Amino acid sequence: MRTTAPLPRVVITGVGLTSPNGNDIHAFRNALLEGHSGVVPFETRHMGTVLAGVCDFDEQRHQSRKARRRGTRAGSIAIYCAHEAFESSGLELEQQDRSRIGVFVGTTEHGNVETENEIASLRGYDDDVRYWSHHHNPRTVANNPAGEVTINMGITGPHYCLGAACAAGNVGLIQGVQLLQLGVVDVALAGGVSESVHTFGIFASFKAEGALAQHDDPSQASRPFDKGRNGIVVSEGGCIYVLERAGDAMARGAPIIAEVVGYAVNSDATDFVLPNAQRQAECMRGALKSAGMSPEDVDIVSTHATSTPLGDVQEAKAVRSVFGASRRTHVNNTKSFIGHTMGAAGALELAGNLPAFLDRKVHPTINIDELDEDCALENLVVDQPKTLPTVDAVLNNSFGMLGINSSVIVKKWDGAS
Amino acid sequence: MTNEALQKIILDIIHDIAPDEDLSDVEPSIRLRDQLDLDSMDFLDIVMELRKRYKIEVPEEDYMELATLDGCVSYLMPKFEEKGITTASA
Repeated sequence: MRTTAPLPRVVITGVGLTSPNGNDIHAFRNALLEGHSGVVPFETRHMGTVLAGVCDFDEQRHQSRKARRRGTRAGSIAIYCAHEAFESSGLELEQQDRSRIGVFVGTTEHGNVETENEIASLRGYDDDVRYWSHHHNPRTVANNPAGEVTINMGITGPHYCLGAACAAGNVGLIQGVQLLQLGVVDVALAGGVSESVHTFGIFASFKAEGALAQHDDPSQASRPFDKGRNGIVVSEGGCIYVLERAGDAMARGAPIIAEVVGYAVNSDATDFVLPNAQRQAECMRGALKSAGMSPEDVDIVSTHATSTPLGDVQEAKAVRSVFGASRRTHVNNTKSFIGHTMGAAGALELAGNLPAFLDRKVHPTINIDELDEDCALENLVVDQPKTLPTVDAVLNNSFGMLGINSSVIVKKWDGAS
Repeated sequence: MTNEALQKIILDIIHDIAPDEDLSDVEPSIRLRDQLDLDSMDFLDIVMELRKRYKIEVPEEDYMELATLDGCVSYLMPKFEEKGITTASA
């Protein structure tokens, strides 16, 4: 980061994404500005109809049917996002030294979908393990989504997944930044993906802990900070960025979208599932410190809040403690539209805010009929977008189970060398 | 069962495993891997589908018998006849 060691600056030059309400950044942004949810009724094994955010991107755009059959949904999402990101960056894959490209994909979990499917299939054969697929291991290894990207794109640099619960999208991005700064790679494809809606276990577990959203109207089920919120809407999605060192990006005249100027990751060290507001606040302050910024320098705080009764209160408390005195800072939440895209959430929710550098609009938090006073936040943007005089910096929160917190700060590109 | 019927059973399985391949002019005497984009994992899929659909086992030492479409037919025909299978299974 700029204030510590003289490390290279890192910029975002491409974005590829799929969200329950859009399959590119423009469609996604429009949906967020126009109030379109992506949550629908969804049939899942053993659970019947649940509410979920489901993506409808074209799997065959960048992947053969055979490769899709052999691989995983998470791999397919990652491949789609990686290609779309690369294309938007203006880089041409054929002309790149592909040994200098790295792929770093955050995941909340991986392998549950494939394992559940195999077990369900095996039941049809009296649990005879001769019918267990030889594809099971390559589908379920923890590096699967990132590895599928490298096979598909012929990338021979490093690849792996970052297991960071629901902070994973931010953590994937951070890993890309770090390896660029260390000079390990010249281009990083970094972000997060989730295929979690295809495992019944995640729904059943959230239900068992009283944290699965229910609502007669699917589009209103995810309602962070609202008094009537009753849990998480599980969603799938993906977002992968092309990251480059600023000098490289400028030298090739790249379309620079933003600069990653600071970040922090820390641990609660307190509980498996319950969040810790004090540690979350420390994480946000850590990100500000690494960027050499104060709270008053941040225009938008993109909150992690997942619509659970306990979690939202904790984050609101943390945000108040850091940004409560900053009149400039506005607060929003993207899960209110698309639910919780798990491993993709950090990267995807950041992407939803990036166009604000150009249009100066803060997309709102929707579905707040009655604000929970324990979640009250200064400058919480509700229902309608708000246009600011300028948007120069966004802080993006993403927190996860076992007490992992992450905050990333991106700034509007200032064009300086 | 005719050779043509068994050929179709094999090609139907290959179609499900490698749906992007054009199977309209597969030459029965030439190695499948030389004509189609198939690798060792795909051949394991063929073996698995024979097991799932027809309860037919292909021991590992016999995998090479499946190298060509002709080889598949001559190797598998006795197994199909032994089980009295005369038509394709879904």
